[in-house]
Amino acid sequence: MEWKRKDLIGLEDLSKEEIEIILKVAESFKDVSTRAVKKVPALRGKTVVNLFFEPSTRTRTSFELAAKRLSADVLSFDVSSSSVSKGETIVDTAKNIEAMKVDCFIVRHSISGAPEIISKNVEASVINAGDGCHEHPTQALLDLYTVREKLGKIKDIKISIIGDILHSRVARSNIWGFKKLGAEVTVCGPPPLIPKNIEKIGVKVTFDLESAIDGADVIYLLRLQRERQKENFLPSLKEYSFLYGLDKEKYEKIKEKAFIMHPGPMNRGIEIKSEIAEKEESLILEQVTNGIATRMAVLYLTIGRKV
Amino acid sequence: MDEKEIEKVLKCMADEIEKKIGLDNTAIIGIKRRGAVLADRINKILSKKIPVGYLDITFYRDDFSKIGANPVVGTTEILFDIDDRKIILVDDVLYTGRTVRAALDALIDLGRPKFVKLFVLVDRGHRELPISPDFSGKIVDIAEDEMVEVRLKEVDKKDEVVIVKKWNGKEKT
Repeated sequence: MEWKRKDLIGLEDLSKEEIEIILKVAESFKDVSTRAVKKVPALRGKTVVNLFFEPSTRTRTSFELAAKRLSADVLSFDVSSSSVSKGETIVDTAKNIEAMKVDCFIVRHSISGAPEIISKNVEASVINAGDGCHEHPTQALLDLYTVREKLGKIKDIKISIIGDILHSRVARSNIWGFKKLGAEVTVCGPPPLIPKNIEKIGVKVTFDLESAIDGADVIYLLRLQRERQKENFLPSLKEYSFLYGLDKEKYEKIKEKAFIMHPGPMNRGIEIKSEIAEKEESLILEQVTNGIATRMAVLYLTIGRKV
Repeated sequence: MDEKEIEKVLKCMADEIEKKIGLDNTAIIGIKRRGAVLADRINKILSKKIPVGYLDITFYRDDFSKIGANPVVGTTEILFDIDDRKIILVDDVLYTGRTVRAALDALIDLGRPKFVKLFVLVDRGHRELPISPDFSGKIVDIAEDEMVEVRLKEVDKKDEVVIVKKWNGKEKT
């Protein structure tokens, strides 16, 4: 099978085979970052633009390093000091940059659907680096990669995603990705933060942390997005931490050991206690490492698509 | 070429390595995929095993903008330090020289070998870059619309080298 897509907007649109191609290509990029010369010339002469309308350090840095290790030139577009603040639309911004002949946009925006709108208006590739509450596909791909590397497979494994599912694009992308590759997905969180009817897409729902983590192969803790809690979804952070934060006591109750994942940045003491983040079952830093290889694969495939 | 002839060429290569280059501080690196198979076979013939590595050059090709990303991507497996080592670079067919160019770039990103010698099973001419082999099993002079196909047991179930017309698929050996 060949990769034909110009863009990567979300995992919802991808087939199982397409996801597998990305994971396979990521495998061959992983060792590039361990060499003395951390670079291959695959995207030499291509220009990649980071178009971040919402702050991000980790994702932007990861994309930037991925592009640089493929020998592409990277431009980071600073939105705060740009024409966007003067009232230009996102499509005009993208078209203006494209007129300078660039090959790829990496887009993050607080509004769901923004990367897709841009992708329909430019010839260059568009990679979604997180849009509103919609998707964050490369995060889910690196999570899939990490789980497959650790457990040898995705099919039939049990993953429990804990936290604010309602506002989480990471949760959405992960649900699509893990479901498509055959995992059993459970979501768990306070009732107001679990979307209604989410069972219909084939995930299990529980409001009780203990039953969510018992028997799971992977416990995926979401960051509690404090900036999104202004509409009173939660009585208090303390209550959330007490009911849904993972600490040593709750972890030690489960029978078989489970891997712990978190997309970062962590709110230590809220959704995850420090003693859990430092455990040997924690894959949090491996996720970050694998982010580079996964993003290299996505850049390589979308920019080099068959025309 | 048939199985016996291929075997003979590999023996000659092994001889050449032992006599002219020596086995001390020497390593064989095969270009994936068939070059890697040949590298393994040569190592088996040598009186003493030396380190073998395999090179995948997908990311070093110069035709990315022409052919695009190739989803069939292998991994480079070179588990030894190549700094100051004598490297025998092995491939099945030498044609335009572009694969070897890419392989040299890939190698040099891994370190600084003492020298690199190029050993190929078949040299079919029509070079597009100034590259020549240090050892070639057979030199064939064929038209540009013909192809040399090397088939090896490990990959293709039998050992042979044939010349194939590109368009109608007819073969002659």
